[in-house]
Amino acid sequence: MDTTQYTIKQISVFSENKPGRLAAIAGALQAEKINILAFSIAEANGFGVVRALVDKPEAAYEKLNAMGFMVSFTDVIAVKMRDVPGGLFEMASILSEAEINIEYSYAYSGREAAVLILRVDRVDAAVEQILARGGTLLSADEFS
Amino acid sequence: MKYWNMEMENLKGDALHALQAKRLRWTVKQAGNVAFYRRMLQEAGVRPEDIKTVDDVQKLPFTRKTDLQGGYPFGFFAVPMKEVVRIHTTSGTTGKPTVVGYTRQDLDNWSELIARNLTMIGLSDEDVFQNAVNYGLFTGGLGFHYGAEKVGMTVVPSATGNTRRQIEMIDDFGVTALHCTPSYAMHIAEVAEKAGTTLPTLKTGIFGAEPWSDNMRRVLEGKLGVTAYDSYGMSEMYGPGAAFECPERNGLHIWHDMYLAEIIDPKTGEVLEPGERGELVVTPLVKEAMPLLRYRTGDITMFLEEECPCGRGMKIARLHGRSDDMLVIRGINVFPSQIEHVLRSVPEVGDEFLVYVDRVNHLDEMTIEVEMNRSAFSGELEDLTRTQNRVVAALKDALNLRTRVQLVEPDSLPRYEGKAERVIDRRGDVL
Repeated sequence: MDTTQYTIKQISVFSENKPGRLAAIAGALQAEKINILAFSIAEANGFGVVRALVDKPEAAYEKLNAMGFMVSFTDVIAVKMRDVPGGLFEMASILSEAEINIEYSYAYSGREAAVLILRVDRVDAAVEQILARGGTLLSADEFS
Repeated sequence: MKYWNMEMENLKGDALHALQAKRLRWTVKQAGNVAFYRRMLQEAGVRPEDIKTVDDVQKLPFTRKTDLQGGYPFGFFAVPMKEVVRIHTTSGTTGKPTVVGYTRQDLDNWSELIARNLTMIGLSDEDVFQNAVNYGLFTGGLGFHYGAEKVGMTVVPSATGNTRRQIEMIDDFGVTALHCTPSYAMHIAEVAEKAGTTLPTLKTGIFGAEPWSDNMRRVLEGKLGVTAYDSYGMSEMYGPGAAFECPERNGLHIWHDMYLAEIIDPKTGEVLEPGERGELVVTPLVKEAMPLLRYRTGDITMFLEEECPCGRGMKIARLHGRSDDMLVIRGINVFPSQIEHVLRSVPEVGDEFLVYVDRVNHLDEMTIEVEMNRSAFSGELEDLTRTQNRVVAALKDALNLRTRVQLVEPDSLPRYEGKAERVIDRRGDVL
């Protein structure tokens, strides 16, 4: 099955762990009228990676790259969760039973539902399993 | 093989030793015009006529950089000021600048050395030479300028700065040979890459004034499309050009008719044999305005044992660093050039780095900031961590020292047009 419509381009930005870096990134996106739908920061020893889903990933890439940031695209999927106790458990179980590893994940709680952003080791298998088990994936179009 | 001065360049054996002894005797006599040396020679009980062979140089005491600083500004001049036609100074990075004077003959000797060097590596009056070094008090600018003119090259005195313009000049003027510091060469290469030019006319790179590794040679040759040669010198020895690589590029010929070189153990002062690494000590043999006796350069090298296939005289190994930019970290000697060498072996990181040395709880801590290589960024944190650990491990292997490594963004560290300042030692800041 074609899973490309469910493959969402997350932008990943290298950032030194010092004051002002996130502000610089966010400010640049604001200047380009790019909306950030979800984001997280992963932090290691002295540096971090800012991960964001934005409505215009190509424009965000261009802008940040031109400013000298190291940017790359990462394929993630976004799945709707029921915003009730057990919502996350349902999703995690589906992937667990299919032996799909979650490399990292972050979530936001929207008006209609909660959304779980997943970076997994096997994107195609994850999409198939989630759909087969009645889950709802957001398509890339819904973010633009 | 081309020579500028075949007789002097190939002088050997007794003929060389006789010339060196004669010139050494003259130099000791000339030094007698300087109050400092008059006193020193008196205390040592050495008169010019006591110098009969080259080995008699060992009767002379050493001169140190601090001695020269004590003579600031003109205390070491051996001729009246009216005979001094130019002044240069050292950068003063290791303290008060040293003022160096030149007579007309000194300038002629110096440009002769540069002419020999340029001819030795196959350059001629057919070449266009861009001299992208500081033209002020720093000796690299005017020194190479007059030497290249002596050869008859077309000299572009571009000096430093405005790197885009430098690149335009290389392309528009058909520059074939470039002289600059290796760190500025790296910057030129980066900017040229961005500007989308491969600098097609350029074929020769002459890099000096700071130590650079063989790895850096490969990178510069690849990026600039040149054959790169190492140049060595210091203001006290006129300037650059005292020693230079021949096309063998395996050590630098130190011009034996103008400099008497020794390698000593920097701790004991004992004279070392070829193949033994130590501090280079130089007695210039033809310097009129500012003769020096057994000047301790602070540079670490050794004489190479094998004769060079090119037929010229004694060679010194490429410089590993100055004994005074040598860092002692927890009792271990570290040269910034070693760090550079390690970083260049890790493709995920770039060419630029900065070393911070701190004292934390009475222990030395070395932190190395290195720029990421833009193309190596996958977006994954764990790849970054792997790179970081790889650099730490490679440094541990090479230096036998645990270091902290910080990955920083590309183009975020300062770029230098002259000598790169790669070490910030903050141990003195804490009392």
